[in-house]
Amino acid sequence: MSEQTQTGELAATQAQSAHGDEHAAGHGHTVSYGTYFMVWLGLVALTAVTVTVAGIHLGSLTLITAMLIAAVKTTLVGYHFMHIKYDNAIIKVFILVCLVIFLTFWILTFSDLSFR
Amino acid sequence: MTEHSEVMHQGESHGAAHVHRDDEGSKMAMWLFLFTELLLFGGLFLLYGAYRFQYADGFKVAAADMNSFIGAVNTIILLTSSLSVALSIAAMQRSQKKLALGMLWFTILCGIAFLINKYFEWSHEIHNGIYPGGPALENMSNGEVLYFGLYYVMTGLHGLHVIIGLIFIGFVMVFISRDKITSTNFQKLENAGLYWHLVDVIWIFLFPLFYLLH
Repeated sequence: MSEQTQTGELAATQAQSAHGDEHAAGHGHTVSYGTYFMVWLGLVALTAVTVTVAGIHLGSLTLITAMLIAAVKTTLVGYHFMHIKYDNAIIKVFILVCLVIFLTFWILTFSDLSFR
Repeated sequence: MTEHSEVMHQGESHGAAHVHRDDEGSKMAMWLFLFTELLLFGGLFLLYGAYRFQYADGFKVAAADMNSFIGAVNTIILLTSSLSVALSIAAMQRSQKKLALGMLWFTILCGIAFLINKYFEWSHEIHNGIYPGGPALENMSNGEVLYFGLYYVMTGLHGLHVIIGLIFIGFVMVFISRDKITSTNFQKLENAGLYWHLVDVIWIFLFPLFYLLH
């Protein structure tokens, strides 16, 4: 929320001054290279887990585990690489709404398929 | 709309170059576009889910021929390319132009490596007679045919996105080398990154769904 006011101030300063430096305030989040490497290591490890689990015969659990791991990987990519962590609340809400719509399609389709 | 559009006054009445822009709006537009991509692929994933539910056995038989090793290698390649895009943005924020460009070159190499693997995979399957009207496909059950139909459409559409992502990154690299993208003005780079990460995320789901059915 504080970011929104920051952007507001930013717009005000931009209107008054012609200096380009103020733009930097909008991109105040520099993430360390190390953090990105750790996220990547986590993603590679999760891929190894997915492949290993698929080799074990778990029956119907195989698909569920694979999808859960894929969801965790997606969250890691989205949160850290796509910078959702630092995004305004409005973008987070948009993403959430989109995911809810997407899940609704799945639930509706499979509730139909399962009871035929 | 004019208020938010990018307007440049170079040496006119303003004297110093002043750029009015709306990075937040640009980012939001990119996300809205990514939502349409999510629903495009989401529809295909839904189709996959529904058919797999109906033809579970056929899907398993068809997927047995998949080379999960190449699939895993391609997954690692795309994950690494996502890392290099993220690193290039971090480098740009620190005004390390050369490092940022180097990371994007590495991303492009990864993307090309991914496509080369895909080429060999598809050639192998086509060689085995798995293509529309192909000899192998005619003897297959409905489930297997549907599996391969979805396989070609979904990995093909994904491959197309990899190519578009590479072009997008190529443009961004030109912008960086001409100093149109700087440490304080890098939303274009950020948007290219968002697109590339989406392509990565789609593959994260495609890999277990097409390669790891046992």
